[in-house]
Amino acid sequence: MTDGAGGARGEPILRATHINKHFGPVRALHDVAIEVFPGEVVALIGDNGAGKSTLVNVLTGVLQPDAGEIEFDGRRVSLSSPSAARALGIETVYQDLAIAPHLDAVANIFLGRERLKSGVAGGLGFLDNGKMREETEQQLGRLRVRIPNLTRRLVTLSGGQRQGVAVARAVMWASKIVFMDEPTAALGVAQTEQVLDLIKRVRDTGIPVVFISHNMPNVFEVADRIVVLRLGEVAAHLDPKTATIDDAVSAMTGSLRGMAAARSEQGG
Amino acid sequence: MAKEQAAAIPAQTEAIPVWRTRLAGSFTLLILIVIMAIFTIWEGTKFFNLVNFNTIAIDSSQLLLLAVGSTFVIITAGIDLSVSSTLVLSAVIAAQLMVQLSGTPAQVAAYEFPNQNVAIPIGLAAGVLTGLVCGLINGLLVTRLKMPPFIVTLGTLGVFLGIAQLLTGGTTVPNVPPAVQTDIGLRTVIGFTIAGQQIRLTPPLLIALGIAFVCAIALNRTRFGRYTYAIGSNVAAARRVGIDVERHLIKVYALCGLLAGVAGSFDLLRFGTASVGSHTDDNLAAISAAVIGGTSLFGGIGTIGGTVVGALIPAVLRNGLVIGRVPSFWQNVAIGMVLILAVYLDQRRRATEERM
Repeated sequence: MTDGAGGARGEPILRATHINKHFGPVRALHDVAIEVFPGEVVALIGDNGAGKSTLVNVLTGVLQPDAGEIEFDGRRVSLSSPSAARALGIETVYQDLAIAPHLDAVANIFLGRERLKSGVAGGLGFLDNGKMREETEQQLGRLRVRIPNLTRRLVTLSGGQRQGVAVARAVMWASKIVFMDEPTAALGVAQTEQVLDLIKRVRDTGIPVVFISHNMPNVFEVADRIVVLRLGEVAAHLDPKTATIDDAVSAMTGSLRGMAAARSEQGG
Repeated sequence: MAKEQAAAIPAQTEAIPVWRTRLAGSFTLLILIVIMAIFTIWEGTKFFNLVNFNTIAIDSSQLLLLAVGSTFVIITAGIDLSVSSTLVLSAVIAAQLMVQLSGTPAQVAAYEFPNQNVAIPIGLAAGVLTGLVCGLINGLLVTRLKMPPFIVTLGTLGVFLGIAQLLTGGTTVPNVPPAVQTDIGLRTVIGFTIAGQQIRLTPPLLIALGIAFVCAIALNRTRFGRYTYAIGSNVAAARRVGIDVERHLIKVYALCGLLAGVAGSFDLLRFGTASVGSHTDDNLAAISAAVIGGTSLFGGIGTIGGTVVGALIPAVLRNGLVIGRVPSFWQNVAIGMVLILAVYLDQRRRATEERM
C-alpha cells in the first residue's frame, strides 16, 4: 500500500467550485468545492440529508447546479445529462441499482452501447451478442470481477451479484472517474469485501473513485481522503491514516471535536 | 485467502438447472396440448384433422397480429386497449376508400368495379396506414402528455370506434368489390395435400405468420427488442444509460397500431366487408393471448412464441366447443379460466426461479 494519499497529486481530473443547489426553499448544497486527483479513492460521508447524493448527481449530470463551475481535465464543462457525463468518461454506480433485472449481465453492461453486427444486419439493428460477451469476459477478467453466469437474467441472481454487475459496468466503461453512491449498502460481508477490492483495483489503474458510504470501517479501509459534508457544506477534510472514526462521526454531526480535527487536517 | 472464498460464493447460485426453467416455460404449450387432447378424445377426427387445424389457424390470424403488437407494448410495461377500435377504423377506411375509388357511385351500386385493380391495393394500404397513425397518436399521447397508457388507450378506444361509427353511420360498409375477398383473401397461395386432406395457406395466414416471425426476430436479436425489454424492466435504468425512452415507446405503440391496421385490412380479405359491430372484445382477447403466453403485465418479460400459443388457445377452444355443440357462451368461461390458470402457473414458476 505505497500508493495512498501520496498518489493524489498532479493536476486534478475533476475540480468543482462554488456548487450551489436548491430544491425549492431547501438548500441542498452551499458553496461546495471538491477536487479529485488521478489514482485516489475519495470517500464522501455525511449524515442523511447532508447533500452527498445531490453532489454526486450534480457531478454526474443527473442534476444541474444553480451555480458553480465544474472543470474536467482542466477544461470547464457543463454536464447537461448523464449521457454528457458518460461521454467524458465519467461513470456512476447508483444507489438504486440502475440495472434492468430482466436482462442478463452482458445486456446490462452494454445497455445503451450495444455492439451491432457488421454490414446490412447491423444497419437493421441486429446485435452482435458474441462480441459483447467476449468483450465483457475480457474486461471483467482484467478487473478480476466474477459473475457466475453472464447469460442469466439478473432477476435470478442475488442482490450482491446484481450490484456486482452494476459496479462492473461502471468500472468497465469509466475512462476518467467512477462515482459510486452507497455501492455496498445492500451487500453482505463477503460481497462488500469484493466491491472494496474492486475499488482499490480501479484506483490502481489510475482511475479515481469517489464513493459515498455510511459504513465507517469501509470508508477507512479504502479511502485515501475523506470529505465530510454537513448541511450542504463541506464540513471537513480528513486523512484516514491519522483521523479516527470518532473524528469522522463528530465532523458529520458537527460536534466540536470533529471541527477541531477538521481544522488540524486542513492546517497540516 | 478470505477473498478467494468470497469470490467462490456466487458460483453456488447456479443450482436451478436450465432444463427445469425451460420445461416450466412451456406451461402454456402444455395447456394447449391438453385442450387439444381433450377435444380429440371427445370429438375424434371431427376435431383432430388437418383441415380443421388449417381453419383454426386462419381464424386466429387477426388475433395473432393484435396479440403480437400487444406483446411489445406489454413488455414495455404499457398496455394498448385501443387495438380493437384501431382494427375497426382501419377496416372502415380501407373499405370506404376502396368503394370510392372502384368506380362512380352508380357503377358501384350496380356491382361494377372498373377501377378495382387500383382501388383494392390503395384501400388495403390505407387501412394499414390508418393503424399506424392510430398507434402514433397513442404513442405521442403516452409520451408527450406523460399519461398512463391505460387511460390514453381507453380514451382512444372510444375515439377510434366513434370515428368509425360516424364514417359508416354505424352500419357495415356496402358495395365493397367482392374481388378483395374472392380473388385475394380466400386465394390459396400455397396448397398441398397430406393424407388426402387439402391444406390451404391463404394470404391472411401467411402474412400473419410472416409478421409474427419477423417480430420474434426483432424482439430477440435486435437493439429495438433489447430496448423494449429494458424499458419494461427498469425505465429509470434505461434513461440513465441514455436510451431515448420516449422515442422508443412511440415506435412500440406505432408498431402495435400498424399490426392492428393490417388486421383491419384482413377483415376485407376474409369477410369482404368492414363491420363496425364486430371485434369489440378483440382488445381484451389480444391482451389475454399475450398474458396466457407468458408476457408479464409488469413489463420486462414476454416472447412472441408464447403469444402465438396464447392466441391459438382461444381459437382452439372456440373451434372445439362449436364442433362439440356446446353453447358458444361457454367459450368465455373456458378462456377466462385458462387465463387465470396460465398466469397462476407462470407466477409459481417465477417464484421458484427468481430469488427475490
